[in-house]
Amino acid sequence: MATDTLGNRIVEVSEHGHDHDHHDAAGMKVFGFWVYLMSDLIIFGTLFATYAVLVGGTADGPTPGEIFDLPLILAGTFFLLFSSFTYGMAVLAMNDNKLGQLKAWLWVTFVLGAGFIGLELYEFQHLIHEGYGPDRSAFLSAFFTLVGTHGLHVFFGMIWMLVMLVQLQTKGLNDITRPRIMCLSLFWHFLDIVWICVFTFVYLMGAM
Amino acid sequence: MLGKLSWDSIPYHDPIIMVVVAAMGVIMAGIVAWITYRKSWGYLWTEWITSVDHKKLGIMYFLVALIMLIRGFADALMMRTQQAVAAGGAEGFLPPEHYDQIFTAHGVIMIFFVAMPMVIGLMNLVVPLQIGARDVAYPFLNNLSFWLFAAGVILINVSLFIGEFAKTGWLAYAPLSGIDYSPGVGVDYWIWALQISGIGTTLTGINFFVTILKMRTKGMTLFRMPIFTWTSFCANILIIASFPILTATIAMLTLDRYLGTNFFTNDLGGNQMMYVNLIWAWGHPEVYILILPAFGVFSEVIATYSRKRLFGYHTMVWATMAISFLAFIVWLHHFFTMGAGANVNAFFGIATMIIAIPTGVKIFNWLFTMYRGRVQFTSPVLWTLGFIVTFSLGGMTGVMLAVPAANFVLHNTVFVIAHFHNVIIGGVVFGMLAGLTYWFPKAFGFKLDETWGKRSFWCWLIGFFLAFTPIYVLSFHGAVRRMQSYANPEWQPFMIVSLLGALVIMLGIACTVVQFVVSYRNREQLRDVTGDPWDGRTLEWSTSSPAPFYNFAHLPEVKSIDSFWEMKQAGEFEASKPPYQDIHMPKNTAAGPIISLFATILGFALVWHIWWLAIVGALGVFVSFLARIFNDDVDYYVPASEVELIEREHHKRLSEVVDSDNRGTAQVGNMGVQS
Repeated sequence: MATDTLGNRIVEVSEHGHDHDHHDAAGMKVFGFWVYLMSDLIIFGTLFATYAVLVGGTADGPTPGEIFDLPLILAGTFFLLFSSFTYGMAVLAMNDNKLGQLKAWLWVTFVLGAGFIGLELYEFQHLIHEGYGPDRSAFLSAFFTLVGTHGLHVFFGMIWMLVMLVQLQTKGLNDITRPRIMCLSLFWHFLDIVWICVFTFVYLMGAM
Repeated sequence: MLGKLSWDSIPYHDPIIMVVVAAMGVIMAGIVAWITYRKSWGYLWTEWITSVDHKKLGIMYFLVALIMLIRGFADALMMRTQQAVAAGGAEGFLPPEHYDQIFTAHGVIMIFFVAMPMVIGLMNLVVPLQIGARDVAYPFLNNLSFWLFAAGVILINVSLFIGEFAKTGWLAYAPLSGIDYSPGVGVDYWIWALQISGIGTTLTGINFFVTILKMRTKGMTLFRMPIFTWTSFCANILIIASFPILTATIAMLTLDRYLGTNFFTNDLGGNQMMYVNLIWAWGHPEVYILILPAFGVFSEVIATYSRKRLFGYHTMVWATMAISFLAFIVWLHHFFTMGAGANVNAFFGIATMIIAIPTGVKIFNWLFTMYRGRVQFTSPVLWTLGFIVTFSLGGMTGVMLAVPAANFVLHNTVFVIAHFHNVIIGGVVFGMLAGLTYWFPKAFGFKLDETWGKRSFWCWLIGFFLAFTPIYVLSFHGAVRRMQSYANPEWQPFMIVSLLGALVIMLGIACTVVQFVVSYRNREQLRDVTGDPWDGRTLEWSTSSPAPFYNFAHLPEVKSIDSFWEMKQAGEFEASKPPYQDIHMPKNTAAGPIISLFATILGFALVWHIWWLAIVGALGVFVSFLARIFNDDVDYYVPASEVELIEREHHKRLSEVVDSDNRGTAQVGNMGVQS
């Protein structure tokens, strides 16, 4: 018997009369994923540190305040924050064993994530078009890399979501898909937290 | 179509490289022919390449490490020979652009592809056995980690004969490693070999962290874990916390080189010192990732052969944790000359000196463990004693380097070279060779020959001091690192002595090779029938040698530190008894090698800017990973009857020994101890 990490569902470990060496496989997967996220967080930490060091290295190019379009970023931020809420609904649906609802909420989350990525791509494309690409200055290199790494994570999260939708279709909810939905949930909320830091430290503090 | 790759990329004009390539080609062809002749491909595939057994993965890590040790050592010999002849205007036999590749390759290979796989290999072999587990937390990831590491090994070896390797020094400092100053593919090989194998290392870190926290057997609280498991645990925490920094740093260097960003460039706002800071924020913890498990080996060895409980178990654990923490706040001592100012330098200097305290605690723990113990002078003990002396000296020169004022004089001189070889050879290499000898029977079922082991030790010890004492001396005369030639002929005698030292070390490596051959030939006499050849203290010795693939028929229960030893003392230990139960085990998988094959292709394509092939490689990685994810048939149950068969076989051999010893009990303690 064990409680999984976020939901309050009790995981039943069936007694096969086998040696009980399962070690609560689902719980261990989620725990390992937590550890992975912590290591990923250090990648982001490194990129944040680099951004902080290089933000002044504008090389006579634009400064942060000159290029950030805050209303657009705010819209993207709401897409992402709202998608975390919808993913939360998906997990609640899973805990109630409502497969259809789960899939529907995953789709909503996917669409919101796609909206976020779309806005980010628009922003990047706009900046590059203006001549403010990542090769313009060290500040822009650090900016594109930090924001882009987060965007790449969101993109992989969306691919993962599609994979999970296929697996839910073919396998349904079982001991293999449940922990995966939970891991993706951790991943998605984690990206939200990272984004809040990006929004605060890069955009807000840059525009102020 | 082929990017930057053309026939000109192959260094035909360089006879040294072509001879090496020819020799490697002949050896490889010989091995392939031998395997084909013995019809062993199927066996290799099912029993080794696709295996998720942590013990086999450990053996493979160690095997690759030993092969790469020979390559890295060949680089060392070439450097020593060059410096022994290139004095007073002579140019020697290695032109600068080749010499620069050699010192870079030597450092990269020795750290990433020798020391790391030895440490990780030993962890693989030993940790699950020590904590009474049947496997690691994520067996498939473990296999994938190994093959990603192998991908890095392949890339760095390919660089030998297709293109070139980096000429930048092993950490590829920017802006030298940037596209302006290193336009060739050498740095790109460095980047992708390290990036791909580094991901494997991060996965290993996560895997063992979870394994140690979640898979310990009944009764094994954290403060009952064997010290090797403790030091491995701390090393894995360091991996999880530091390797992502390396990943991010290399990624930024990659962007600078491939997309023209300006992180570390000279102009447009780039900051080279950011690179140096980041790379050492990873690099300093890295040296503790290497040395902590070696400390663990010495702790196991010295307790076992002194036949005493380790002195100061708790202080040993806390010292390990203190070192792990301090590892993260000393990185700046690698470049005091950056000009961060007196206060910053003072902080990092003092933090560095503080590390000597927990390390000293450990030294005293080992000494007091021997005190009034019945020390058996086996070769692992010799390695340990050699380590205590050599490492203490290396630690002291480290404290000298930690004084910023002294460091300004010593920076980039060969003093640094002598210092870190002092601690890495005296610490990591001695530790790994001690560990190899100590746990070899657990992996293969027979012990290593002691005579050749001791010869190897003496060669390494004498060779080390012969090679590096002159280097220390030269540093006080102002000799700098990475000299292809030098003007002052008075340095030459020291360089020649140093070369002699390297040759003595070569004899040591040869002794190890002979040791393997002799031991294999005499394996019947050296057979470890009981599974407990040294009268060990920890759980890995409670199962048979080589350990069955499921490790333990019944998961053991632990009541104290050195529980196995205490059970033997109390006469409570007995071999496994029926009834047995079905055992849940992971299935072998081809996913790891296949994913890594595509990762190798991806790395190679990116080095040479062959974009279509890079897409093939990336898609291959993605699709083979998907295939793994959609495969639910990943585990099985070993039937109790099969377990019983294997265990009964072990009991039969055991009782034969017991009968011949005329003891008539099933107690295995104290048998087969080598004098």
